[in-house]
Amino acid sequence: MELLGKTNIDFIGMRKLSFIISGIIAIIGIIGIVQISRGAANLGIDFSGGTSMQLKFNQPVTTQAARDALAREGIKEVDLQEIKDGNKLLIKMRKSSTGSEKVADHVQEALKKEFASNPFVVESSTEIGPSIGEKLKSDTLMAVALSLLGIVLYIAWRFDFKFGVGAVLATLHDVLAIIAVFYVMHKEVNLLLVTAVLTIAGYSLTDTVVVFDRIRENLHKSLKDPVIPIFNRSINEVLSRTIVTSLTTFLASCSLYAFGGEVIHDFAFALVVGVVVGTYSSIFVASPIVALWEKIPAEVKA
Amino acid sequence: MSKGYTWRITLIILFIVASAVYLTPTLVSSLPSWWGGVLPKDKIHLGLDLQGGTHLVMEVETQKAVEGSLDLIATDLEDSLTQKNLRFKKIGKLGGDKVQLTLYDRSSADEVVKLVKKKYPDLETLPLFDEGGFVNLQLRVNEKEAQVRKDRAVAQALETIRNRIDQFGVSEPIIAREGINHIVVQLPGIKDPKRAIELIGKTARLEFKLVDENVNAATASAGNIPEDDELLFEKRTDPQTGAVSETPIVTKKKAMITGDLLTDAQVRIDSQYNQPYVAIEFNSTGARLFDQVTAANVGKRFAIVLDSNVYSAPVIRERISGGSAQISGSFTEKESSDLAIVLRAGSLPAPVKILQNVTVGPSLGADSIKKGLVAGLIGVVLVVIFMAIYYKLSGMVANLGMVLNIVYLMGALAALGATLTLPGIAAIVLLVGMSVDSNVLIFERIREELRLGKTPHAALDAGYDKAFLTIMDSHVTALITAAVLFQFGTGPVKGFAVSLSLGIIINLFTSLLATRVLFDAFLDRVHVKRLSI
Repeated sequence: MELLGKTNIDFIGMRKLSFIISGIIAIIGIIGIVQISRGAANLGIDFSGGTSMQLKFNQPVTTQAARDALAREGIKEVDLQEIKDGNKLLIKMRKSSTGSEKVADHVQEALKKEFASNPFVVESSTEIGPSIGEKLKSDTLMAVALSLLGIVLYIAWRFDFKFGVGAVLATLHDVLAIIAVFYVMHKEVNLLLVTAVLTIAGYSLTDTVVVFDRIRENLHKSLKDPVIPIFNRSINEVLSRTIVTSLTTFLASCSLYAFGGEVIHDFAFALVVGVVVGTYSSIFVASPIVALWEKIPAEVKA
Repeated sequence: MSKGYTWRITLIILFIVASAVYLTPTLVSSLPSWWGGVLPKDKIHLGLDLQGGTHLVMEVETQKAVEGSLDLIATDLEDSLTQKNLRFKKIGKLGGDKVQLTLYDRSSADEVVKLVKKKYPDLETLPLFDEGGFVNLQLRVNEKEAQVRKDRAVAQALETIRNRIDQFGVSEPIIAREGINHIVVQLPGIKDPKRAIELIGKTARLEFKLVDENVNAATASAGNIPEDDELLFEKRTDPQTGAVSETPIVTKKKAMITGDLLTDAQVRIDSQYNQPYVAIEFNSTGARLFDQVTAANVGKRFAIVLDSNVYSAPVIRERISGGSAQISGSFTEKESSDLAIVLRAGSLPAPVKILQNVTVGPSLGADSIKKGLVAGLIGVVLVVIFMAIYYKLSGMVANLGMVLNIVYLMGALAALGATLTLPGIAAIVLLVGMSVDSNVLIFERIREELRLGKTPHAALDAGYDKAFLTIMDSHVTALITAAVLFQFGTGPVKGFAVSLSLGIIINLFTSLLATRVLFDAFLDRVHVKRLSI
């Protein structure tokens, strides 16, 4: 069976549209990063420090009822989120609230008192001091920087410089895209997201490499042909495998997203987004950048 | 023609057998009796997020340990100078790294300097200076010495915490030092995390202090008591109502006896009131001190102070020899047994601060495993169906490779004693997709070669050869990120990195070697005109 027969799509010709789309996504992503570093985004407590708890009640509890109940006990500035499946309630408080180590106990006691007829169990509870958050933040930045550097070096070694730049820009684009989606949807930025982003960075590169391999091969084969048609032909040739390889990973991530449970829900979501964006970027971002770059000296000669 | 696939098949089977052997302890609920010797007994470790438990990161406040030792030095010097009849005005801690002695004249100061140099060779003696008609001598703990003391404090805290946890009874705890002054504690499957944390985090400095009866405790405040006194509180919890009452008590600052002189602490039940109390035994030094102090202070009150809370302040009715005493107070049986544990295990050299506390209940862990497995199974089924439809028989070969991948990966996790976390399961699911990826690259290449009119065999060779570099590239880049994640990640993220990096390496083997053997073996035996791809 074949998903796509022989195609002949002018991918590089669509660069104006794709560059506009990608530009907007990248800008939103950059805004997201700025907001994250300012602490204005929905930062997970592993970075901001604070307390988070997941409670499982016997009967459903609305976030409003829980918020009112906690307010009556003097607990304010709480982020509440209801998980429909199984009467669960996520409670999140950033470091400011009371400053003591006993926040989790305090919340438990307050809810026990307010919802006397609706008992709950604590499924998980996490308390993180601000100093750990700071350390984690710097460690994470270090990790992201190191892995990007490693990738750049490897690609620069395996391909030439132009391809290296194209691949890194495409990877950066994918990272920004995931951050943009999380920022716009106000999803939590935590350690798991960073893990997902780094995984996708590696994965997206794989995809780009597949396309680049073919382009390079064809460039060597027909040195005299104009550059852009070679790029288009190469992308069309590997289009079906680019899509099929992504499809299998996409299926696996979708399964994680749909059935993996709430703990890795957002993580799996980032993977799903990343796989899609990673495929898009190798065709519509990485290749046009290299094509344009290759074209310039060719035109000068002509 | 032979392509030497015998050794390849042998390798594949060898790995399968090894994986099966390593996975047996995990999959079989009770190992047969003959399973022993070199055969592995370790199961795949589950992370705390899967089996439930508590992960703590604690900081030892090492500066306080240094300050505490300064206090001890000051007390000790007071005693020594008094013994030698050297008069002094005041001896006390100054700032975070000095002890200051205020003396009356130079001649005695010189004596003192000699004494101090002999007694504390590790301390730096600063030059004498006059101030307000007195001579001041400062002793300093220098940077290096402070570091040594801090380091020792952390090591000692680690040992004490290990003792406490051992006595509390937790199976397979992990207690490790991290960085300069952090201690990481993992308590898998713990039922009452709150109690455990209190037990671990308690400084448990036990002190016996004389109550200053000359001061009216009811009207005392921190400002209006004598300089060598301090204001403490006795907390009492009403067993019926649970109401907490605080009674102020003014005691001498100086502790007559401290907890390091204990040899044992046991819970006993008071037969008269049916109240638990903790019976303590002193060592010979402690017993002698206790005997002296009680003999000299009959009729006065003796406060038993733990971490600046007065447990009780009984009146000394008579001289107590023999070296045993009891701590009573309004506590429950659990509290008294925890108190006995911390007294037996010894006090922490400095207070610890809990920086991170992640507790996962067992129900969520079990739920996570279940959901992870379901997601994995569905992912596998989806991919298997897709590959079978899209690449027919060849797709099934890829699927076989994928299953092989999972078996090897689980075997490797068991063999390395790695920890499986929920993100780790996610990595395995992701690998299901990624592992067939490599085969897709190869198959697409083979299809192209076939379109060029090559024979199945030639197309197969060309496909594997030409896809080789691409597959290497993609695996190396993925491995770079996985390695970085492994280096920087902790807990669940590290579990993800472990599964991912192992999976990538294994996948390289299965996709380049294992699936190919199947094709080769098949094409060598059967003469095919068309490849099912």
